[in-house]
Amino acid sequence: MEKLAKTAGPEVEQHSGLKYPHLLNLYDVPPLEDITIEEFETCAIDRLRVLSEIESSFARNRSFDELKKITIAQCNKHIPMAETTATTVDRDAQRRADVIGHFVLRLAFCRSEELRRRFVKAETTLFRVRYDSCSGTERKNFLNSRDFASIQVTPDEKTLYAPQLQALSFGNERVATTEFYKVKWTRVPDLVERRKVFLRGGYAFVPSREQSSIIFQEFQARLEKALEMTAKALPRLDEDTRLMPVLGNLSQAFLAGVPSDWSPAENNGEEIRADMIDELSRKHFPACMRNLQDNLRRDHHLKHFGRLQYGLFLKTLGLSIEEALLFWRKSFSGFTDDQFNKNYKYNIRHSYGLEGKRANYPGKSCQQILTSDQPGATDSHGCPYRHFSPDNLQTALLSMYSSQGLTSADLPEILSTVKAGHYHVACTRVYEITHAHQGVKKGEGIGSGESVTHPNQYSKESRNLEKALIEEVKMEIDGGDVTMGV
Amino acid sequence: MPAEELEPTSPEVMLAFYRRLYPFKSIFKWLNHEHTPSRLFTNREIAFTLQSDVYLRYNSFTTAEEFKKQTCALNPTRFEIGPVYTARPRDKKTIRPSAFTPLLRELVFDIDMTDYDSIRTCCQGADICNRCWGFISAAVLTLDTALREQFGYKYLLWVYSGRRGIHLWISDREAMELTDDQRRAMVNFLTVVQGGKEMHKKVNVRIGKDPVLPPSVKAALEPLVEIFSNLILADQDCFKSDDGWEELLTLIPDKDVAKVLRRKWNDDEDRSSEDKWDDLKSEVGKYAKTSRERATMKAAMEDIILQYTYPRIDAEVSKHRNHLLKAPFCVHPKTGRICVPIDPERIQEFDPARVPTVGQLLRELDAASPENTAGEHADWERTSLKPYVEMMEKHASSLMAEVRREKIASDTTW
Repeated sequence: MEKLAKTAGPEVEQHSGLKYPHLLNLYDVPPLEDITIEEFETCAIDRLRVLSEIESSFARNRSFDELKKITIAQCNKHIPMAETTATTVDRDAQRRADVIGHFVLRLAFCRSEELRRRFVKAETTLFRVRYDSCSGTERKNFLNSRDFASIQVTPDEKTLYAPQLQALSFGNERVATTEFYKVKWTRVPDLVERRKVFLRGGYAFVPSREQSSIIFQEFQARLEKALEMTAKALPRLDEDTRLMPVLGNLSQAFLAGVPSDWSPAENNGEEIRADMIDELSRKHFPACMRNLQDNLRRDHHLKHFGRLQYGLFLKTLGLSIEEALLFWRKSFSGFTDDQFNKNYKYNIRHSYGLEGKRANYPGKSCQQILTSDQPGATDSHGCPYRHFSPDNLQTALLSMYSSQGLTSADLPEILSTVKAGHYHVACTRVYEITHAHQGVKKGEGIGSGESVTHPNQYSKESRNLEKALIEEVKMEIDGGDVTMGV
Repeated sequence: MPAEELEPTSPEVMLAFYRRLYPFKSIFKWLNHEHTPSRLFTNREIAFTLQSDVYLRYNSFTTAEEFKKQTCALNPTRFEIGPVYTARPRDKKTIRPSAFTPLLRELVFDIDMTDYDSIRTCCQGADICNRCWGFISAAVLTLDTALREQFGYKYLLWVYSGRRGIHLWISDREAMELTDDQRRAMVNFLTVVQGGKEMHKKVNVRIGKDPVLPPSVKAALEPLVEIFSNLILADQDCFKSDDGWEELLTLIPDKDVAKVLRRKWNDDEDRSSEDKWDDLKSEVGKYAKTSRERATMKAAMEDIILQYTYPRIDAEVSKHRNHLLKAPFCVHPKTGRICVPIDPERIQEFDPARVPTVGQLLRELDAASPENTAGEHADWERTSLKPYVEMMEKHASSLMAEVRREKIASDTTW
């Protein structure tokens, strides 16, 4: 097939073979083939990572250009999409994953008005980024493949309204050579608002260069409608015990930030000793862990979920079982050896996979901390951004981080992000502020614009930053030695 | 009539007005688009302002009779019309908040004389006279044309607000269905005069490198040129006073021209606005026909005409479906005048001072011969309210005819 098509010329080749002929997709045909449960989940999670990053870009008020740059980077990482001309890549496989991801997320996000609204906004933005960044031919082929219910303006109408249409083109183009499309003005409210179109009888005359507005609006309108239909059909899925939990987790994830792709295994970090923890906590811990450390020092005790959250975090940070036992023993200073061994040692060994089912538990991600094992009245675990009252959060943040450059002037911004429910964005902002003296700028997050999704990731990036600076200083000193030598 | 001015809208007067004169049936037909009550009426919010200034929201009625009965029972000073909701507003407390959202609403506009205070010279604040009505009629002509020609709407109802402004209600199906986003887009499209008190130049809508007016504004400008010379130059004489012409000079980008004119106008106190405008024209005429300076000045003069005559819309009223607006035929509590519909074709003849007051109507009713009270005639037919109610009736029946036509058309498709 491929060979035949090639000989027939490039025009034909673009439509040949590929099941999904275009990079851009309005997603009006759901995937009808068999999908494995694993694919079902991974495709969705990969896409969700990108959408969450788009959401947090909005929350952080990034400009569209910044957002575009970050989104493209995230897309390439999680859901790469090659142009149709890239014949060496399995474009169909990529596009299939894209379609599956989109439709699974529709199922997950159709359930409430709020989720639908956020999903539509993020998806429309993703579509816009892709539309903006793909090549002209790709775009043109996509546009030609679809009928956007816009009427082409006839030459007669063009002559009739020539002066008005000319006024729209800023003198750059000649009306005679420009294509115009007629659509109901309600489909392009943004163009109407900016007076970029000419109106007559309820129709907007849109110059071809503004055509993208029609398409984005169309994408959004279709998705809104489709989500409402999906919401009505969803109860039929209720009996499927394999899919519902997956869908539940996905919508949770959107609420609480991305499920972290940061895997503890990556952390080959050097060993940490028990006596280093207090100092580390002051320099490198996110608020949730810093809070647990402070509580532990004050009360010489932590309740079960607090120990679990903090213990797994320390383990992932590089604390060995021997050092862990030493650390907890020292911290629980009010207990006798006997009490400690009986009540706590088993638990600590268990979390290291040395007892019971011998599972190696990873450190908890932000998502887990935010949504599972909600703290009770006397608990100190959880996420301070979510589980503290606003005034307590302010006091806590100031006492934890004022030595690292956080001032009360920063608080209103952080609190308004918290109020909007973007806890991971608030945490990321605190990271940016407290690492500003190390050159981290607003919007950079914990590196290349990413948000915090895992407490260990926060600490690791913070420590890496410090290491890099030490290296730099070392280099300078070494360099200085050399010049002195000469 | 002094008696009337003392107590124009006492509770007794208002009750008599609602009982005998207020055209509930016409209002029902206009809101409902059909004879049998539909969601357009039953799910519609009516908000009453009671005599004690208590504001009673989320009322709704199933029929015109019920509407009348309740209005007479509450005897409000006025009432406002809100959107059609997904459920009956009076059941609001018993339904989930998410199941109670605004669905449909006439597209409304509000133009108020106070927005013209900085340019009108005849009155200030709440006062209005026949002369300043010129601003309103310029606004009506511009807006009416734009909405019909550009947006294609047909069912526009202009209503006098009872004192110094005018309301517009658009009942076309498409206009009723607009979302808040679309309404906002449209209002911003139509808003040309912008910027606060501290901003001299309030018209900044030109586009492109060689700035031209957008086609919609260009179309509006043509009729405004004549209105400018009649209203601003002749009638209001806006540039007569020192403040007036100083304001004009701040709008002239060419400092040399402004300097020449300032000297000239300072020397000659008696120059009228028309003379001054001619002075400006002749200064501009000194530049070569195709010169850049001349083009800039011509554009500036067009912008000045727009700044003084283009409609100044109260944007917030139009942007949201759930904004409430005083119903037609209500009585303005301060003036006692009825909020009557106005024919936009005859807007220039309209005189706010000749609008009937509630007291006047009741006296007319008392004076009318009692044998006509047989019942087949409504009471308003025997007062000067008649032409206005008839205008409303005509508007409502053409709207209903359209809805009927649509219904039949959609039936045959089956």
